[in-house]
Amino acid sequence: MGNEELIVKLQELFPAASIIQGNDWPEISFESGADFLSTIDVLKSDQTLAFDYLFCETCVDWKTHFTMVYHLDSTRFRHNIVLKYKLDRETPEIDSLSFVYRTSEQHEREIFDLFGIIFKGHPNLKRILLTEDWVGYPLRKDYDDPINMIKL
Amino acid sequence: MDVIITEPSTPFPGSVHEVPGGGIVLSTLDDVINWARSNSLWPLVFGTSCCAIEMMSAASAKYDFSRFGFEVARATPRQADVIIIAGTIVNKMAPVLKRLFDQMPDPKYVIAMGACATSGGPFFYNTYSVVKGADHVIPVDVYVAGCPPRPEALLHALITLQEKIKSGLTRDQIRAQFQEDGK
Amino acid sequence: MFEEIKTSNDGELVINVGPQHPATHGVLHLLITLNGETITKLEPNLGYIHRSIEKMCESLSYRQFIYSTSRMDYLSSHMNNHACAMIVEKGLQVEIPERAEVIRVLISELTRLASHQLWWGAMAMDLGALSPFFYSFREREVITDIMEETCGARLTMNYIVPGGLMADIHPNFVKRVKDFIIQFNSKIDEYDQLVTGNIIFQNRMKNVGYLSPEDAISYGTTGPVARGSGVSCDIRKLYPYSAYNKVKFEEILETGGDSFARYLVRIKEMKQSISIIEQLIDNIPEGDFQAKTKAVLKLPKGEFYQRVETARGELGVYLVSEGGTTPYRIKFRSPGFSNLSALNHMVKGHKIGDLVAIMGTLDLVIPDIDR
Repeated sequence: MGNEELIVKLQELFPAASIIQGNDWPEISFESGADFLSTIDVLKSDQTLAFDYLFCETCVDWKTHFTMVYHLDSTRFRHNIVLKYKLDRETPEIDSLSFVYRTSEQHEREIFDLFGIIFKGHPNLKRILLTEDWVGYPLRKDYDDPINMIKL
Repeated sequence: MDVIITEPSTPFPGSVHEVPGGGIVLSTLDDVINWARSNSLWPLVFGTSCCAIEMMSAASAKYDFSRFGFEVARATPRQADVIIIAGTIVNKMAPVLKRLFDQMPDPKYVIAMGACATSGGPFFYNTYSVVKGADHVIPVDVYVAGCPPRPEALLHALITLQEKIKSGLTRDQIRAQFQEDGK
Repeated sequence: MFEEIKTSNDGELVINVGPQHPATHGVLHLLITLNGETITKLEPNLGYIHRSIEKMCESLSYRQFIYSTSRMDYLSSHMNNHACAMIVEKGLQVEIPERAEVIRVLISELTRLASHQLWWGAMAMDLGALSPFFYSFREREVITDIMEETCGARLTMNYIVPGGLMADIHPNFVKRVKDFIIQFNSKIDEYDQLVTGNIIFQNRMKNVGYLSPEDAISYGTTGPVARGSGVSCDIRKLYPYSAYNKVKFEEILETGGDSFARYLVRIKEMKQSISIIEQLIDNIPEGDFQAKTKAVLKLPKGEFYQRVETARGELGVYLVSEGGTTPYRIKFRSPGFSNLSALNHMVKGHKIGDLVAIMGTLDLVIPDIDR
């Protein structure tokens, strides 16, 4: 499916979401509180979409809120979309995708480690890159470490 | 009788006195031990990042550091004499490096290979997890510049270490001397 | 869904492999639960070389941050630089001269060859054969010499700038690459004779570490690991970038899904790389090697993503720009990180002796995983 067709199809499926054409791929954004797991379920199981390959999962700190960013690919049709989900800064919680895409188990652990996002239903949510006793979430914009970080 | 003495690459420390029927070698035991020690340094297989590949290059046929007595790379610290810190040391790795160093038998030597092990290198500024130089963790004998250094630079560092060993006392002997002076 | 692991207390043993272990190719720490000699669970513990490159890049300019990525996956440093340069070019909308594109692809393929050669030697060493290591380094040194002459460095080339290349190729480049191809074509058969046909080697590789195509997709594996399971995932072919749409090459797919299939993919990929180099080496277009760009680069506000195929698989760079001179957020989707997540699934039920063989076929580079 081309990008225009994808946008039309996605607007049919998710009328509440905002869908725009990004630099490369369509971007579909959800506000916090939307039912995330059922969205993913539709995207993965729909016969004309078949997004079965999560190739990038990350988070962006926008100072006022977090945005989870998922890049999805379909190995059958070779079309991509970007899925975004807005999170509160105070209680950053989102459903874990580790039972849908197994690759996200490690990616979510990394995001938990560096951003402090809580993934509900994750089988093994603990720090992966930093030591267990590390304080703070280094990739947040307000992170400061006067001992280890030498500012230029 | 003519004794033909060929000059070896690392000459035996001491002097040869010719007497009828052969020669007598005079030397000090410390010098002989240091000479032997410097020509059979076994490095520990320890590489954290890019410099490890250049260390492997130095071990392979083109550069071949076994010419200088380094051929037996050991995977366990208990059999190694010199640890070549090939790569960045981060906060999580620092206790492991210290433990590896503690497990090595005396006398032990350390080469900091590359900019990261020397000072943190390209990861000096604005990083939260990099140790700014392996000498914050363990004492370093020889530093090698480069990111990553060429195998020749590593060979030079190894030869420099040999010269350092031959030139005098080990770290423990120096420490023992200091303690005696303190008393 | 995950299989329930039987947690019977009788005979279960947890052992640590790494962080200092010769078979982990760096500082990877694996926690292995054993039942007798059989692996029941494997949990990687990462971060022993986590250098916070993503945080560092947030304070580096668009010209500078490219070179910190050479240290990420140092065996495909040129491809890492390529991905970052392309993302900056995408944002600036700069047209790259033909000549630069072709040379970028040439160096990429030479880097891929060097990487696969090192993998071949190291993997044979993991299985206890020491001599292949010296064979592979013999040819690898020729490539590093070529790189040194043109790029100025042996391993972390830093040859790319946004808009093209840092310098033109050395006058000797074409001749030396041609000489190397002739030399290497005879040597790759030697690789086959030495290792591929060896019966002990085959016994240790065949039917070991099976990964089904569905799992390969679900675990997000890419590169030779996924292609060994028959999943088409070559970014050069699926989403062609740079000069890859001008060359003819095959995407190597093996259907075995075991260690031996992954081994064969890499061996055959070396031949494809040679074929790409042969097609391009005589057809380097004349012209500039660099497009004109401003001294201080500013990307427009927005988000950019670029995928390239490194020697280990798909590298994705996700860049968020706020319109300034530095990236607001940058994420490297490294191939090793996802490939490693499949290891638990692949080793489950195998003997501990097979762990090293399976891990060898994943071709892990630890700084690429930890970043």
